[in-house]
Amino acid sequence: MTWTPDQPIVSIQNVRKSFGQLVVLHDVSLDVAKGEVICVIGPSGSGKSTLLRCINALIPIDQGSITVEGQEVHDPKLDKLELRKKVGMVFQQYNLFPHKTALQNVMMAPITVLKQDKAEVEQRAYQLLKKVRLEGKEPSYPGELSGGQQQRVAIARSLAMNPDIMLFDEVTAALDPETVKEVLVTIRELAEEGMTCMLVTHEMGFAREVADHIYFTDKGLIVEHGPPATFFNEAKDPRTKEFLSQIL
Amino acid sequence: MESFYDWFRTLYNDTGFNFVYFYEEYERERFIRGFWLTIYLSVTCVVFSVIIGVVGAWLQGSNLKITRRIVQGYIQFFRNTPPLVQLFFFYFGLGAFTPSVDAGGYYEPIIGSFGWAVISLSFFAGAFNVEIFRSGIEAVPESTREAAEALGYNRLQAYIHVILPLAFRVCLPALNNNLVNLVKTTTLAYAIAVPELMYTANQIWSDNVNVPEMMMTLWIVYILLVGVLVWAMHRWERKMRIPGYGQ
Amino acid sequence: MIGLFRTPRPELRAIPGVTGPAQTDLPVLLPAAQLIGRKARQDRTNGFRLELKAWHGLFLFLLFLFFTGVAAAQVDNTLDKGVLATLWRWIPLIVGQGFVLNLIISFTAMALGTAAGVMLGLGQISLLPQVRGSSWFTTQLFRNSPWLVLLFCVMLLLPFEITIGDVIIRIPDWTKATIGFSLPIMANISELVRGAVQSIPSGQWEAAESLAFTRRQTLWQIILPQCVKRMIPPWMNWYAILTMATPICSIMGVQESVNLTQQALVSEDSRPELLAPFYLFLLVIFFCYCYPIARWTVSLERKFVVKL
Repeated sequence: MTWTPDQPIVSIQNVRKSFGQLVVLHDVSLDVAKGEVICVIGPSGSGKSTLLRCINALIPIDQGSITVEGQEVHDPKLDKLELRKKVGMVFQQYNLFPHKTALQNVMMAPITVLKQDKAEVEQRAYQLLKKVRLEGKEPSYPGELSGGQQQRVAIARSLAMNPDIMLFDEVTAALDPETVKEVLVTIRELAEEGMTCMLVTHEMGFAREVADHIYFTDKGLIVEHGPPATFFNEAKDPRTKEFLSQIL
Repeated sequence: MESFYDWFRTLYNDTGFNFVYFYEEYERERFIRGFWLTIYLSVTCVVFSVIIGVVGAWLQGSNLKITRRIVQGYIQFFRNTPPLVQLFFFYFGLGAFTPSVDAGGYYEPIIGSFGWAVISLSFFAGAFNVEIFRSGIEAVPESTREAAEALGYNRLQAYIHVILPLAFRVCLPALNNNLVNLVKTTTLAYAIAVPELMYTANQIWSDNVNVPEMMMTLWIVYILLVGVLVWAMHRWERKMRIPGYGQ
Repeated sequence: MIGLFRTPRPELRAIPGVTGPAQTDLPVLLPAAQLIGRKARQDRTNGFRLELKAWHGLFLFLLFLFFTGVAAAQVDNTLDKGVLATLWRWIPLIVGQGFVLNLIISFTAMALGTAAGVMLGLGQISLLPQVRGSSWFTTQLFRNSPWLVLLFCVMLLLPFEITIGDVIIRIPDWTKATIGFSLPIMANISELVRGAVQSIPSGQWEAAESLAFTRRQTLWQIILPQCVKRMIPPWMNWYAILTMATPICSIMGVQESVNLTQQALVSEDSRPELLAPFYLFLLVIFFCYCYPIARWTVSLERKFVVKL
C-alpha cells in the first residue's frame, strides 16, 4: 500500500500501552491529515506524552497500530532512521546537548546521521536559527541561553532534519510566562507554513487559536474531540466540562 | 564431615590441589584462628571508631576553641596520611616508648601488635567518623531540638533521643562507606605481624608450598566477607529510612 | 529506548528529604541532609576525597625540622654522622630510585587501570545482558577486594619469568605490583564510567534518538563527551589515592621509596634518632607530589560545577 497525501499522514488505531500494571493508553484512535494542526489536552497523567512518544517509536506499544505516511511504526522491520527523518520531536525539558553550541546542536544530526555536507548544513543551520529569531546566538552554549531561547534552538534542531510532522510535548510547560510567547509564535509560524503539527499543551488560548482539531484525553481514553469552536463552546462530556471549567 | 575433609586429601593426592586446611587439623585450626582474628579485629575497630566518632563530634561542638582545634588537627592528620604510615608510626614510633612487663622470663610490651593495630585503625576510621557524625548532627534543625526541650527533655536527653537518632539515619550511607573501607584496611595489620587471616595464610603457604590455593582461598574469603558486609549495610540503610517521611 | 536504556541501579531507596527531594515542606531535616546522602553515594564511585591543604605540608616540614634538630642535639654532630648529612647521602637512592619507582608504578597502573576500567564500565551499560552481567560482576569483585590481597595474588601467582620459545622474559617485581594496583583502579574507574553515563539525564538519550542517532553515535557524540568533564576530577582523585597507596608494595619487597628507606635505616645501624627524620622526609616528598594534584582536582571541580 503506498501512501498518498490525501490519506491521513498519521493514523492511530486502537492503541493500548501499559507500563507494568499501569495502563496509560486504553484504546486510542485518531487520524491526522497533512498540514493539520492537532492539539491534545487533558489532565496530567492522562497519557498524552506517552501517545506522542509512541508515534515516534521512542516507546513500543502493546496493541493496535500507528502508521506514519502509511508506514507501520511498530513493525520490527521498520527503518527507524526513515521514521525519524519524517517525524521531529521537541521536548518539555528542551534536551539540548549542553556540550555543543546552539549552531552545533542544530548541525549535529544532519551531519552525523544523514551524512550531509557540512558547509551546506551550516548554511541551513544559520537560516533555521534566523527563522526562530535567534540570529547572533549561534556560538552560545545552551547554559548561556534562556529557557525560551533553548526551546527555540530545540525546534530548529528538529527542523534541520526536514521533518514532515512535528511533535511538541508540552514545550512551554517548563518556561517562564514571559518566554512562553516567543516559543508559541514560532510554532504558529510553522503551522501557518503548512507543517503538520501535533501538540500536547496546557495553553488553551493557544490551542483554540492555532488548532484545526482538539482532542481531550482522560485516563488513557479520548473522551471528546472536535474543532476548537465546537469543542470549547459545546462540550458534552461531563469530564471535559469539568476540566475546561477549571482551566478557563 | 570427616569424609568431606578426606575428599580434599584425595583431591590433593590425585590432582595436586592442596587445600591443606581442610584435611590437616593443625592447619585448619590455624586458618580458623586467623579468620576469627580478622573478624575480631574488624569488629573491635568498628566499635572503637564509632565511639571515637561520637565523642569527637561532641567535642567538636564544644565552646572551647582549643578543643575544636585539637579535634580538627586529629582529623586532618588521619585523613591525609596513608594508613600504612599511621600503622608504622604507632607500632614502631610509639611502640618504642611503651613499657614492657615481665611475662615469665621474657619481657613483653603492654601493647602488642594487635593492640597497636586496633588503636591505629580505630583512630584512622574514627577521624572520618567524627566528620560524618558532625555533618549529620548539623543537618538536624535547631527547631527540632527546641521542640524536644519544649517537651521537657533536657539537653542530653534531646541529644540522645532526638538528635542522634535522626543524625544517625542521615549519615548512615557515609558511615557504611567508611566501615566497609575500614574492614578492607585491616589487611594492613599484616605489615606489623598481627596473625590475622592474611598473615596466617602466609604462614600456611610457607609451610606447605601451596601459594595458589591459599591465595585463591584468601581472595574468596575476603570477597565474601566484604560482600556480605556491603549487602547487609545496604539492607540496613533501606530499613533505617525515616518512617512517616518515606515513600 | 526507555525500555532498553537501563535506569540506575538504586543503591539505596530514596528517602524524600534525605536522599531525594522532600515531598513535604516539613522542616524535619535541613537541606544539608540531602547533600550528605548524595555525597556518600558519590564517594562510592569517586573514592575518599583527599583534602590536602598547604599548611599540612608546612606542618610536616616543620615537624621534620624539629625532629632533625632533636636528633642533631642527641648525637655528636661530626660531618658524616649528622642527621642531615646522612639523609643527604641517601637522598639520591630514596628519591632518585625509590620515589621515581613509586611514580612509574602509579603512572603505569593508572594508565592500565583506566584503559581496562573504561572498557569494563562501557560493558556495564551494554545492552547484552551477558556482557552487562559479567562486567558488573568483575567490577564488584575487584572493587570489594582489599588492595593488599589483590597485590599478594598478583605478586605470588604471576611467574617471575615467562618463556616464549627460546626467549626468557623476566617479570620484575615492580611490574607485577603495577598490575596488582591496576586491578582495583580498573574496577573503580569502571564504576566511575557507569555512574557518569547514568548521571546524564535520560532526556539526552531520548532527544538523540528522536534525531535518529544510533546508540553508538549517541554514546560517543552526546553522552561520553558530557561524561568526560564530570569524570576528570574524581579520576585525578583516584590517581592521588593510588600514588599514596603505592608504598604498600614495599611489604612485598618492591624496592620503592619506603622499602629503600627501611634498607637505608638498617645500613645506618638502625640509629633510632634517624627514624623520624627519614620517614617525615618521605611524607614531605609524597605531600609535595600529591598536593598540587589535590588542589588542581578541587579547582577543576569548581570550574565544572559552575559550567554544568
